[in-house]
Amino acid sequence: MTAILESCATDCHPASVPDYTPLAELRNLQLMRLKAVVARAWQHVKLFRSRMDELGITPDDIRSLADISRLPFTKKSDLRDTYPFGLFASPMKDVVRLHGSSGTTGKPIVVAYTQQDVDVWSSVLVRAFAGCGLHRGDIIQIAYGYGLFTGGLGAHYGAEALGAAVVPTSAGHADRQIMLMKDFGVTAMCCTPTYFLHLIERAAELGVDMKDLPLRAGVFGAEPWTDSMRRHIEKMSSIEAFDIYGLSEIIGPGVGCECRHHQGLHIFEDHFYPEIVDPETGAPLPDGSEGELVLTTLSKQAMPMIRYRTRDITMIMPGTCACGRTLRRIGRIGRRSDDMLIIRGVNVFPSQVETALLEVEGTLPHYQILLTREHGLDRMEVQVEVTPQMFNDKIGALQGLHDKLQSALDHVLGIRVQVALVEAYSIERSQGKAKRVIDRRTS
Amino acid sequence: MKIQQISLFAENKPGHISAPARLLAQQGIDIRALYLADTQQYGIVRMIVTDWQKAAALFEAHGFVVKVTEVLAVEVPDRPGGLADVLGALDGTGINIEYMYAFPYVRGNEAILIFRFADPDVAIERLQAAGINLLASEELLKK
Repeated sequence: MTAILESCATDCHPASVPDYTPLAELRNLQLMRLKAVVARAWQHVKLFRSRMDELGITPDDIRSLADISRLPFTKKSDLRDTYPFGLFASPMKDVVRLHGSSGTTGKPIVVAYTQQDVDVWSSVLVRAFAGCGLHRGDIIQIAYGYGLFTGGLGAHYGAEALGAAVVPTSAGHADRQIMLMKDFGVTAMCCTPTYFLHLIERAAELGVDMKDLPLRAGVFGAEPWTDSMRRHIEKMSSIEAFDIYGLSEIIGPGVGCECRHHQGLHIFEDHFYPEIVDPETGAPLPDGSEGELVLTTLSKQAMPMIRYRTRDITMIMPGTCACGRTLRRIGRIGRRSDDMLIIRGVNVFPSQVETALLEVEGTLPHYQILLTREHGLDRMEVQVEVTPQMFNDKIGALQGLHDKLQSALDHVLGIRVQVALVEAYSIERSQGKAKRVIDRRTS
Repeated sequence: MKIQQISLFAENKPGHISAPARLLAQQGIDIRALYLADTQQYGIVRMIVTDWQKAAALFEAHGFVVKVTEVLAVEVPDRPGGLADVLGALDGTGINIEYMYAFPYVRGNEAILIFRFADPDVAIERLQAAGINLLASEELLKK
């Protein structure tokens, strides 16, 4: 262990030791944990047990890691269908935290943590931050939203466990973010990459050059971003930008993170077992082929996820990383296999928009979602065609309709959107069907 | 006494009123009064035309969202105080004007006020009792 610590003196932390577990030992540990988590889910989660019954298998059929492909998938709709607590494997007395994320319709999905789950979560974030070269003495500003969203609190606990000084600003109030970065001498930022872009621009307007600040690293996630965006950020702010990956269903941020070699994201696979499958057939694909990422939580107590379909399209990168970690890496996420949108780090499904519109109008008017980016911030506009039923020749009545649509959308989506009432038939229809989402964001 | 007014929904963008105007022109329908109520995003085009049934059918056939509402046309002398007299007749009655617009005659010495009331029947009664001249549809269109 001392040797390991010496070999990575600049970007290592005692908690990072599992990153370098010899492969045979890691696979052994994964198999042991896989057996235990399958047994736990089978014993406590009705849905999972009945699905295994249907397939005619029991936890005893898991004898090797390859046997994981015999297990049934879990999908996002399963979380919705069992809302709120149907997939819990722990009694509420053992649960210490509940978080939520957007579901595909009106209700959020719920995820739960025992104390041990929270500790595991913090430990993987410590490993993620350490891999980014952060350590005790760093001042880390967390500008992910705090609250039901896992981003803020997840990163917060991780940064504290690392031993860093945490500035919990949460999202928003750009001017204050910049003032604190400058006054406190913040050395690392955690937020969505687009929000950081916004901060760079706003700082310039305020006469603050990011390059003059002590800031040296950014740990950016909760939305897909590209290498060209990284180059732009690094050039504009003289920091090193890292991609971090996670999702609430699995644990939150910290499922995987880049190291300083920036060749893919190491998955903390002693806790989260990655597979790549064909998004259509569900058949397992070998390392190096692109497909849908499927994750199994190997140590989660409160809400184990067995073969969760993330809908994120990526690949497991073949070969090993120059950093010496034995953890496999996934490529950066570029797209998804469903219609989920990520807007300012928040998950949004077009079906949620329909739910909100239906709620107000009773019938579904033609609508379109227009995504643009202004000053590095995503802007979502929902254009709604005015129907004869909705139309009223009084401005006040139309304004009232507009406000009702606005508040229904804000409520269901949990983010601020702009509503625009547009003329009938003004939304382009292709083959009779309207194109629901126009994404004009460029990164 | 009630007059049929046609309203169209239009986005607040250049050129969005020319299409309906062209349609009316092609069909030989004359616009007698027009008012544009607008917000930053969209507007409502309200108009009184020579053949409202034909105009409404025409707009609907061309994909416009159309609403036909009943309004009152009040004739007042085109002089200071003309409007104040009409509004004075409504004071204290609790009758609410939802919106109104005015236009002068070119030939006569009168102005025409178009009112939309929540309850036009009560308003008709009240205005007539105050001796205010309400125009019937034919009278308005003849002018």
